[in-house]
Amino acid sequence: MEALILQILNGLDKGSAYALIALGLTLIFGTLGVVNFAHGALFMIGAFCAVTLQRILSISRETIDETRTDFLGNPLKVDIPYVYDWFGADAGQMIINWSVPLAILFSIPIMMLVGVIMERGLIKHFYKRPHADQILVTFGLAIVLQEIIKAIYGANPIPTPAPAALDGSFDFGVLIGMENIIYPYWRLIYFAFAMITIAAVFAFLQFTTFGMVVRAGMADRETVGLLGINIDRRFTIMFAIAACVAGLAGVMYTPINSPNYHMGMDFLVLSFVVVVVGGMGSLPGAVLAGFLLGILESFASMAQVIAIIPGINQVIIYLVAIIVLLTRPRGLMGRKGVMEE
Amino acid sequence: MSKSNVTRRGVLKTGAAAGAGLALPTILTAGSHSGFTNAPTGSTVTLGFNVPQSGPYADEGADELRAYELAVEHLNGGGDGGMINTFSSKTLEGNGILGKKVEYVTGDTQTKSDAARASAKSMIEKDGAVMITGGSSSGVAVAVQALCQEAGIIFMAGLTHSNDTTGKDRKANGFRHFFNSYMSGAALAPVLANAYGKDRKAYHLTADYNWGYTTEEAVVQATEGMGWETVNAVKTPLTQTDFSSYIAPVLQTDADVLVLNHYGGNMINSLTSAVQFGLRDKVVNNKDFQIVVPLYSRLMARGAGANVKGIFGSTNWHWSLTDEGSKAFTKSFGTKYGFPPSQAAHTVYCQTLLYADAVNRAKSFNPCAVAEALEDFEFDGLGNGKTLYRGADHQCFKDVLVVKGKENPTSEFDLLEVVEVTPVAQVMYEPDHPQMGGAEATLGSCNPGA
Repeated sequence: MEALILQILNGLDKGSAYALIALGLTLIFGTLGVVNFAHGALFMIGAFCAVTLQRILSISRETIDETRTDFLGNPLKVDIPYVYDWFGADAGQMIINWSVPLAILFSIPIMMLVGVIMERGLIKHFYKRPHADQILVTFGLAIVLQEIIKAIYGANPIPTPAPAALDGSFDFGVLIGMENIIYPYWRLIYFAFAMITIAAVFAFLQFTTFGMVVRAGMADRETVGLLGINIDRRFTIMFAIAACVAGLAGVMYTPINSPNYHMGMDFLVLSFVVVVVGGMGSLPGAVLAGFLLGILESFASMAQVIAIIPGINQVIIYLVAIIVLLTRPRGLMGRKGVMEE
Repeated sequence: MSKSNVTRRGVLKTGAAAGAGLALPTILTAGSHSGFTNAPTGSTVTLGFNVPQSGPYADEGADELRAYELAVEHLNGGGDGGMINTFSSKTLEGNGILGKKVEYVTGDTQTKSDAARASAKSMIEKDGAVMITGGSSSGVAVAVQALCQEAGIIFMAGLTHSNDTTGKDRKANGFRHFFNSYMSGAALAPVLANAYGKDRKAYHLTADYNWGYTTEEAVVQATEGMGWETVNAVKTPLTQTDFSSYIAPVLQTDADVLVLNHYGGNMINSLTSAVQFGLRDKVVNNKDFQIVVPLYSRLMARGAGANVKGIFGSTNWHWSLTDEGSKAFTKSFGTKYGFPPSQAAHTVYCQTLLYADAVNRAKSFNPCAVAEALEDFEFDGLGNGKTLYRGADHQCFKDVLVVKGKENPTSEFDLLEVVEVTPVAQVMYEPDHPQMGGAEATLGSCNPGA
């Protein structure tokens, strides 16, 4: 029983990342009609916002420690971060330790800007082109972005730990009257963060005038345009918001796995499967499918399950996608007419 | 009614194309008249450095390339000579190889077998490389080694740890200086039994590819030989990034040791997950839970940050060793590049020197003569103590380092501490050992090509 609960928690956690990326993908597809293969790269750029902030906060002055030597026998050069000088060593270290949560604020303007530049600078030129062209150009863009990140930060993963206070694990079981369900704090924070972000995006679309216009534009772009509303500008903003959601998902993911340049590609394919299973263009579908596939993937990687069906852990997501596409081609919550002409 | 379309221009075009086609094999095997592929004819000799310059192991590849450049510099008489000064064989005098200045070309393996084969092929056929070396993955090493065997080129493997490279997939033209899975298991098991006791239950997570299998097999056999029990061994997909769903079930078993047969990004992510899930704070069977990483790499340890502290593993070489060879190499590498070399850099530097020395001793670039010079060659002064290049399987036998993640590192390079230098006798095995492909595994015969 404990094992099942643990895997459900793991699944919700994995599903959080899938759902956040798939949500952004669906937003972009629903508004602009573009299949954005660069969306994983946005997730990766978000993660590297956290790395960048960590580096900025750690900018140091060099001092020589005559009492110690480096690997060549020369006096050891010691880097002292400027934040130590400004706030004292303890407070300075605490600021550096909290770089991931701080990066949430740091990344929002950057991701919005990246989103706007990406949409206005490149993707808008491909609105009237076939989906194949859009896929090719956004996929190319993803490769360019990841190579830029690799050129700057190298190919190896960069450790970006959570603040010490949130880094450990605790017995989740005691909350639900059970025992021995040890779960890391940060993963629960990630799940809670994902739920809040998803709720915020839905609330924004549901309860604001801006959101109402966007939803109207998603349903019938032409009519909204004829009413004299500049729908293109709103869609650009939606692209920026989608970029921001992916970026934030990336920032928060950094303590779970050290970020590297290809983390975007690792998530991209799975996120597309999530979108297809959820139903192209359906926001609730993307979220539902994200969590569903996350949980299924977790169950499939249990040793007991692999013992019965070897290799199931590697194919489960695609297997589900095939079954859904065969039995319900428009996805779990897909609307009629979307990509069905 | 038929009509002939033969024209003067058509005949010329066809003739030129046919001529080029017929001449191609000769062009591609330049020097074939000398009896072996790419025999150097001028005053220079070209070596082919095939390393991952893109992909997940690009940083390791970059470090290998630095070491190759350093080795070429030393062979040609530049710099401080590095380990040439400490190498027990004294044929290298800073005048290149057999008096020919050493030049090199590089290829990008991308850590993909097909890309690695293509780049090796191009260096052999287009650039005339007389030897191919490098790589940071066993899949690539096995693939390129087979290609070199067919082409009649010596292959000096880079970082490849799978038993198969000099086990079931050994080749007469291929040589490995790096240690292997069997040696890791044999070196680690006694240290683990000593540190954690003989009554332990181990749970293995294993990367689902060739290297993972041989490492799991080696560690399972060696630790079971010490009295440990293996509770479970689960394969994880190579592309896995989040290992939480593989780590969480470990908590539900009575295992008290987790062995991570993972390398690179897999190792960083699985170790991070294991630490996050509080495995190291757990007490099972009245014993502190422990994690083991059979193959350590400093470059990879850096990605896992503080999570490596106190965790045992093995490594081929470490810059903090205090023998003369290691000190000389660390000094020349560190002076040139500003940071200490990795084990990948060390093994490829050694391979380049070993090749050059073998050519000098054989007085020929002919791969069969070079292979003969390397076979059963005993040497010292290259950082691992007395070493034997065994003729039966072309594997180097030398001491193995058991290391532990350092508790208080003084710099980003100072992540591992050497806890034991396991003597070579303890990691020796017969060439027909079952883990090495058994009696069927043979080198075949040397191929000089052309």
